[in-house]
Amino acid sequence: MENVKQKSSREALLHIIKRQEMGKRQATALRFGALLLALIAGGVFILCMGHSPFGVYRTMVSGAFRSKMAVQATVRNMIPLLLTSLSVTLAFKMRFWNIGAEGQMIMGAVFASYFGLFHSDWPHAVLIPVMLLAGIVGGGLFGLIPALFKTKFGTNETLFTLMLNYIALYLVVYLEDRPWRDPSSPGYAKFAIFGNNAKLSKVFGVQSGWIIALVMLVAVAVYMKYTKHGYEISVVGESEATARYAGMNVKKIVLRTMFLSGAVSGIAGMVQASGTTGTLSQGIANGVGFTAIIVAWLGRLNPVSIFIITFLFAVMEKGSSVVRSTFNLSEAFASVLQGIILFFVLGCEFFIRYRIVARKRGGKTEQ
Amino acid sequence: MTAQKENNVAIECRGITKRFGSVVANDKINLTVRKGEILALLGENGSGKTTLMNMLSGIYHPDEGSILVDGREVTINSPTDATKLGIGMIHQHFKLVEVFSAMENIVLGTRETLQKPKEMKARIEELSARFGLEIDPQEKIYNMSVSEKQTVEILKVLYRGAKILILDEPTAVLTPQETEKLFEILRRMKSEGNAVIIITHKLNEVLSISDRVTILRKGRSIETVVTSESDVHSLTELMVGRPVELSIDRPPVENRSEILKVVNLSIRKPDGALALNDVSFTINRGEILGIAGVAGSGQKELCEGLVGLLSVEKGAILYDKENIVGKTPAEIIDLGISMSFIPEDRLGMGLVAGMGMVENMLLKSYRSKKGPFVKTQPAREQAQRLIKRLEIVTPGVDTPVRMMSGGNVQKVLLGREIESSPNVLITAYPVRGLDINSSYTVYELLNEQKKKNVAVIYVGEDLDVLLELCDRIMVLCHGKITGIVDADKVTKDEIGLMMTGEQLQSESETEGEN
Repeated sequence: MENVKQKSSREALLHIIKRQEMGKRQATALRFGALLLALIAGGVFILCMGHSPFGVYRTMVSGAFRSKMAVQATVRNMIPLLLTSLSVTLAFKMRFWNIGAEGQMIMGAVFASYFGLFHSDWPHAVLIPVMLLAGIVGGGLFGLIPALFKTKFGTNETLFTLMLNYIALYLVVYLEDRPWRDPSSPGYAKFAIFGNNAKLSKVFGVQSGWIIALVMLVAVAVYMKYTKHGYEISVVGESEATARYAGMNVKKIVLRTMFLSGAVSGIAGMVQASGTTGTLSQGIANGVGFTAIIVAWLGRLNPVSIFIITFLFAVMEKGSSVVRSTFNLSEAFASVLQGIILFFVLGCEFFIRYRIVARKRGGKTEQ
Repeated sequence: MTAQKENNVAIECRGITKRFGSVVANDKINLTVRKGEILALLGENGSGKTTLMNMLSGIYHPDEGSILVDGREVTINSPTDATKLGIGMIHQHFKLVEVFSAMENIVLGTRETLQKPKEMKARIEELSARFGLEIDPQEKIYNMSVSEKQTVEILKVLYRGAKILILDEPTAVLTPQETEKLFEILRRMKSEGNAVIIITHKLNEVLSISDRVTILRKGRSIETVVTSESDVHSLTELMVGRPVELSIDRPPVENRSEILKVVNLSIRKPDGALALNDVSFTINRGEILGIAGVAGSGQKELCEGLVGLLSVEKGAILYDKENIVGKTPAEIIDLGISMSFIPEDRLGMGLVAGMGMVENMLLKSYRSKKGPFVKTQPAREQAQRLIKRLEIVTPGVDTPVRMMSGGNVQKVLLGREIESSPNVLITAYPVRGLDINSSYTVYELLNEQKKKNVAVIYVGEDLDVLLELCDRIMVLCHGKITGIVDADKVTKDEIGLMMTGEQLQSESETEGEN
């Protein structure tokens, strides 16, 4: 080939190319690489703040496990996150973008709290199942609303579920201010604390919600993988046309799945109110329903991976709070650190699907 | 290479290689097109024709090799670069703005959009006249027929001063008459000294239009032959790599007994337009009923209406005088009819692309088992049985079907449907995108079903195949039946005429027979 080349135009320096399916091992290696990079970048940030990165990281990990109480707190952090992550997983598998786990969790807590606040005289063995059921119904119905509108009118579920979160949140504000306000509390409005009958008992020092969460983990995993319903959810998620072709009632499946998705979030709300906070509060969900979306995606909608990631998130959460108090840092510091780690880990998903190729002269690709 | 010869070459590819991941789509391809010549690029689906042309038009960039235009090496980075070099591509799927007029589409993206409409119109009309194109520049695209849209696409590239024209499967959507008209236009371009590359897999067309043929097989340029020195058989052999028997078997119909009678059926598309307008016909056991028509004449709606995927506006589908319109699939099965449908969109409708063979087998059978759980074992066995019986090539029964080749995907779908032993089998474009071998496997499978007394509906686009395979052919035009004819008593031209809406005189006789 001659070396003299006349070019009509210049070539682009970088090209983004879609990859073939990447091997599991390679993808895992890439994800770990991203985590490492995240820790390095976070370390630079810590260094800029004038602290030792190793010290901070060590405190973060040890902080989550340093005492029995710390471990219990870590587990407690896991419960609502695991439940809401499973909740959105059910919907996401169907490609129904349920951004409303937050609201569904709150509604579950509201329904359960009705019994916790006003029927605390019922025996514990009756009251707890009733509250659990109320949580399921509350969350489920709140999940059903966007599904009904989507199947009937084709509304956008992302916006719909997102806006419902605020409705749920401000409903709690209203309840706290007026009808459910604790009359015995002077000063500013707040809910009364549940009676003891309405509180989940502790097992191994942690509220027994963790048992419920583990049962739900297994139940959701089995439901998605081995049941007819689970199969229908995957088919609808992959292609609605195929589902209709196979004679599935797509509307029914969407409604059913969204009820279940909401119900699992509702359980999270009930467990949180009855087990952790001991009553309803404005901060009952505290953004867990949104974090769940990240967890579900990072776990690739696989219940087992979701369990692991929930654990890591809980460690990070608890660890950051210890770091905060140990190094006397502001709350924003932990958020920035979490943001950096998430940025890298989520960003690496791009490189699993695409690669960037630099061009050399003559249209040859450097590989 | 002498200087003079070099001058005569419009475009040349030297050792072009293009990889997609681990797949080598083009492997050191060489191709030369001279000025004033029509070159046919022949090859089966997946042989790399479109990839190569996409590199010439700047959509992809070659990994290796060089492209020479007028003897100068060039780098084509974008369709704009290609346009500047005088390369114009007419894609298989039109790239037009439906709500714009022909003229607006033609000037779109050029600097001349700011000209006065009158001047633009004059220029387009002058161009049309020169090449014998008939088009009203002010007509909106959505009002146009497929062949008119194609004319607009051609004008679009001519307006940009293209000297090298690339047409990707231009005849796939045309009637025989429209095809002849297109070829007339191409010959006119050739006589003006332009170079034309036409991608196709229809051999008859290659022989009638091209000067030379370059054959691609599995991403390699196998050979370039002079058209006048070759015939259908030699070209097929080059294309497939070995001699192929090209005739399709048509076993005689034994006892023609009616299974379904469609009466005055009308179906609307989801957007409200009438897709099928008052259609009546019968389907018999043990025959293959072909359905011909320009794309979008109501074939899709007819199939989906028959199997109950689209709601019927008016009319009836009778099985033994019982109307099955509005019945659930379960009720239809209770009547003793088992209908199978091979949709046009195999991966988007017939199968779940992201699932493996096993889970795709379950699609039709998962409900029949009792209890809340799915039993995968029978489906796994069924998948393995199909792999053996139909010689399906796949790394495993759990490999997502979207990773399989088109022919194997179709075998999975057809195999699953045939295993449910239907008595009505509806197939929409079952060989579209398949290589010759797979196509013949499909014809054989359909004939096998016919011999088992299954009523087969075959919606097709290749009229030669329809004429050879089917017993009767029903022609649709704008949602109306323009004729139902016996395949052995009709010519391709007659069907072509019916596709454009002309009723055939013999139609009344054929209907009398039924």
